[in-house]
Amino acid sequence: MLVTKYVITSSESNILPSDIAMKIYGSKYIVTVKETCFGVVINGEEEVINALVKEIRALDPAGIFIKDRGFPPGDPRRCRGRRGGGARPGFYMIESESKMLPMISRALASEGIVPVIPKKKKPLPIKRLEEIVRNGLS
Amino acid sequence: MAKVIVYPPTSMILYDLVERMGHKALVVSEAVRNLVTASGIESPPLNVTPEEPKKGLRYAAVDVPSGVRGRMALIGPIIEEAEAAIIVEDPGWLTGCSGCSRTNELVRLLIRTKGIPVLDLSYPTNDDEAKVFVQKIRTFLEGLK
Repeated sequence: MLVTKYVITSSESNILPSDIAMKIYGSKYIVTVKETCFGVVINGEEEVINALVKEIRALDPAGIFIKDRGFPPGDPRRCRGRRGGGARPGFYMIESESKMLPMISRALASEGIVPVIPKKKKPLPIKRLEEIVRNGLS
Repeated sequence: MAKVIVYPPTSMILYDLVERMGHKALVVSEAVRNLVTASGIESPPLNVTPEEPKKGLRYAAVDVPSGVRGRMALIGPIIEEAEAAIIVEDPGWLTGCSGCSRTNELVRLLIRTKGIPVLDLSYPTNDDEAKVFVQKIRTFLEGLK
C-alpha cells in the first residue's frame, strides 16, 4: 500500500530539507520526493517508507519529525498550484506546531533531570469572588 | 506495541513521539488516505459516499449537523481501535478534519468513556515544560504493553 509521510525539520536543526532530499535521491529506495519549505514529502510503499524514515531520522534524531499524510504529494485536490494559491488546510497545524519543535528537540536531546514545574495559578472561584464583592459592599 | 489515538488527531508532534517510542499512532490521515486513494472513485473529489454519513450515525444522532457525522465517520472507527490515548488541550490551530469544535468535544468524550488509559497534557510554552511534556509521554507509553 502506498503511504505518504511528511519529514519536518526543526528550525534549529543543522539538517536542511535539501539535505534530506539529496539523501533520498542517493538512497536505494524508489520513492517520490517533494521538497517543501519545512521539510520533504515522501510517497512510496509502506515497508520502503518505514525503512527510509529510520535512515532519515538518523541524520538528526532529535531534530527531525515525521507526520503521516492522507493525500499523495502534488495531489490536485490539495496542491495550491492547482487550487489558485493559498496554504492547504493542514499547513496551519504544521505551522503552529513547528514553532514548538525547537523546544521539543531540546527536550528529546536532554537526558537530564526533569524539572519540577510549579502549578499554574487557577482563576479565582466564582463563590470566593462573590464573597469579596459582598464584603466590599457591606 | 499499543495503538494510541492522539488528540488533536492531526498533531505532528504527538504522532512523531508515539511512533518514535515504538507504538502505533492512530491519526485521521490514515482514514483520509483510504478514502482519497481508493482505486474506484465513486464520488470525486474526496470519495465520500452515502456510506460515510451512515458510519457517522453510530456516534452522533441524525439531527446532529452533517459535518459532525461526516467527521465522526473518519474518527469514530479510530477511537474504537484505540488501546490508549493522549489528549492535548487547547491546541493552537485546528483546521480540516479537526476544525469542528462540536466534533472535538464528542471525540474527547468518546475517548474518555471508552475506559482506556488516557494521558492529559497541555502544549509546552518553554523548555522546562517541554521536558516534562516529553517525559510524561515517554513514561505513559513505556507503561503500555
